[in-house]
Amino acid sequence: MSFELLEKFRDPELCRKLLDKMRGELTDELRFMEVCGTHTVAIFQSGLRSLLPEKIVHLSGPGCPVCVTHESEVNAFLDLAGNERVILATFGDLMRVPGEGRRNLKKAQADGARIKVVYSPFDTLKLAKENPDALVVFIGVGFETTAPTIAGTMKMARRQGIRNLRVLCFHKTVPTALDALLSDTAINLDGFILPGHVSAIIGTDPYDFIAEKYGKSAVVTGFEPLDILQSLNQMIEWRNTGEAHVANNYTRIVGEHGNPKAMEIMYEVFEPCDALWRGIGMIPGSGLEIRPEWEEFDAKKEFGIVITDGPALKGCKCGDILKGIKQPDECPLFGKACTPADPVGPCMVSTEGSCAAYYKYKLD
Amino acid sequence: MSEKVLLDYGSGGRASQRLISQLFLGNLGNDELNRLNDAAELAVSGRVAMSTDSFTVDPIFFPGGNIGSLAVHGTVNDVAMMGAIPKYMTCAYIIEEGLPMDDLEVIVKSMAEAVEHAGVLIVSGDTKVVPKGAVDKIFINTTGIGDIIVDPAPSGDSARSGDAVLISGTIGDHGLTILGTREGLDFEAEVKSDSAALNHLLVRLVQELPEVHVLRDPTRGGLATTLNEITTSSNVCCELNENALPIRPEVKGGCSILGLDPLYLANEGKFICILPEAHAEQALEIMRADPLGQDACRIGTMTDANPGKVVLVTGLGGKRLLGMLEGEQLPRIC
Repeated sequence: MSFELLEKFRDPELCRKLLDKMRGELTDELRFMEVCGTHTVAIFQSGLRSLLPEKIVHLSGPGCPVCVTHESEVNAFLDLAGNERVILATFGDLMRVPGEGRRNLKKAQADGARIKVVYSPFDTLKLAKENPDALVVFIGVGFETTAPTIAGTMKMARRQGIRNLRVLCFHKTVPTALDALLSDTAINLDGFILPGHVSAIIGTDPYDFIAEKYGKSAVVTGFEPLDILQSLNQMIEWRNTGEAHVANNYTRIVGEHGNPKAMEIMYEVFEPCDALWRGIGMIPGSGLEIRPEWEEFDAKKEFGIVITDGPALKGCKCGDILKGIKQPDECPLFGKACTPADPVGPCMVSTEGSCAAYYKYKLD
Repeated sequence: MSEKVLLDYGSGGRASQRLISQLFLGNLGNDELNRLNDAAELAVSGRVAMSTDSFTVDPIFFPGGNIGSLAVHGTVNDVAMMGAIPKYMTCAYIIEEGLPMDDLEVIVKSMAEAVEHAGVLIVSGDTKVVPKGAVDKIFINTTGIGDIIVDPAPSGDSARSGDAVLISGTIGDHGLTILGTREGLDFEAEVKSDSAALNHLLVRLVQELPEVHVLRDPTRGGLATTLNEITTSSNVCCELNENALPIRPEVKGGCSILGLDPLYLANEGKFICILPEAHAEQALEIMRADPLGQDACRIGTMTDANPGKVVLVTGLGGKRLLGMLEGEQLPRIC
């Protein structure tokens, strides 16, 4: 999309009108969760946070793929970084994510581990061809947005006869996590700003349960200020009339049924499994694992990796933050024991992390 | 000459002599350097600005320049930011065995063009060749000195509340070019480094406007990090106007794809100028009269609202913190 067109979704005059409308119609507090970390960052980056009425309470949800990566998953890829056979391929986001003993991939790289930051999973094909004596292991972290591309990479690798590529599959799916959050009575929410990128793949149908089962509203939303303000106004309007809906406010990117081709590729290679979410725990059916037909690419099988739950890090409140129970700066470690330079958890280092966004952008 | 740089060329023997006399003196030679003494004899007196920098850029060739021209521009600019006229430079090459001789020649020739344009003499140098793998292709260290012509010299701790904040042109061009070339990324529109020697423009600026408080080139860490350094040193707040920030659409586009922020990308041919409000317009006129400053504009104001912080006033009129970069920028997942 051209920048000229995008600029229209940042029009200050229209934003002011929507903010005025919101102030006029907002009778009491609206607690909404922006599921996706990119929304959290967009709300801060655009300056919207300082302009929204105080009655709008925004909570960051479990929509940052790095933040929800479980401690044992982080430790698993950090362990692999010490393996002499392995070249780890990863998106840049994971380089500073801390594991047990605050080790991370940056430090592992300094210790001699072979790690390559890639911009696309397809880059791993070239990497594998150029390093026939090594095993290239791609760290598959992310939601429905990234999983189809990784599935496509595996299909391409099979077609090209590449035998030294593996995927460490920690993919998770968004709707199942939202279902788990809504069934938790400790969580007090009025509605969701639904993720734009994930929805471009899965469409809006998988979210229908939010209105049908829980009577809450949710709007698939783009990342520009007008997108966000329009979705908030919609949710205020529905609440004032006692309605609950799931709507698509990002029609320029998201089709009603998503991207069926991408879904087909994704489920050809992966199948649903139970998954551990950092700070939240086990959510049945919320993960993706490599199907047996594709096990030649499965790094978990190759290295016998088993993901197990364990006690949460002492003092770290990322579970409460990812569930919208606490704000990042309510964590006792925030800005003290946990900073971007020396993070305790991934929420403080991920570019989409809510703690990182608060630390980086919050003025007061 | 053979096709590759061999360890012999760093031996100090005949091979070294040939490399020095043919390649280095042939391109960079001048009366002082040609004497090949252990040290240069210079006429230096009064207040002098001196700066050193090592250049380890990967890739060594990029659209808009190469490590040779960059090594000159970087040091010339650092000296000039002190309100000084850069005069002399030293230059030390550390070359990896096996570097194609043609590449080295291109680098040295480009360095020669850059010093000629900047009006600076290289008066002392050194060449080392190290075994393959000991360095990545080639590293260059340059040191520069120059006469300071204003008193007091511009300094990062001299910004005052009420000062205007100016930038000499578009930001992020160099950083995105380097990253894009390193990763072999094809951007739809061409991006190229802004690497350039700014000394002639800077000298004119401080000669006409000695009231300039701060001059800084926003290299590594970009505009945001450099402004944070200045606000911390001066204990003032910088309010930046997002709508005024000059960023090329192709840089915006490239950053958007990679999840990078142009405000944290390195620049090699731009400078920040902070000076009293009353002189802002005149400073912009001087800058815009030079091709290297034609896109100069005002981007903000120093205030006493949040001492030590940089605050971005967004296009919507909201405010947010613009902090210092932590580590290097990394591309995101989605």
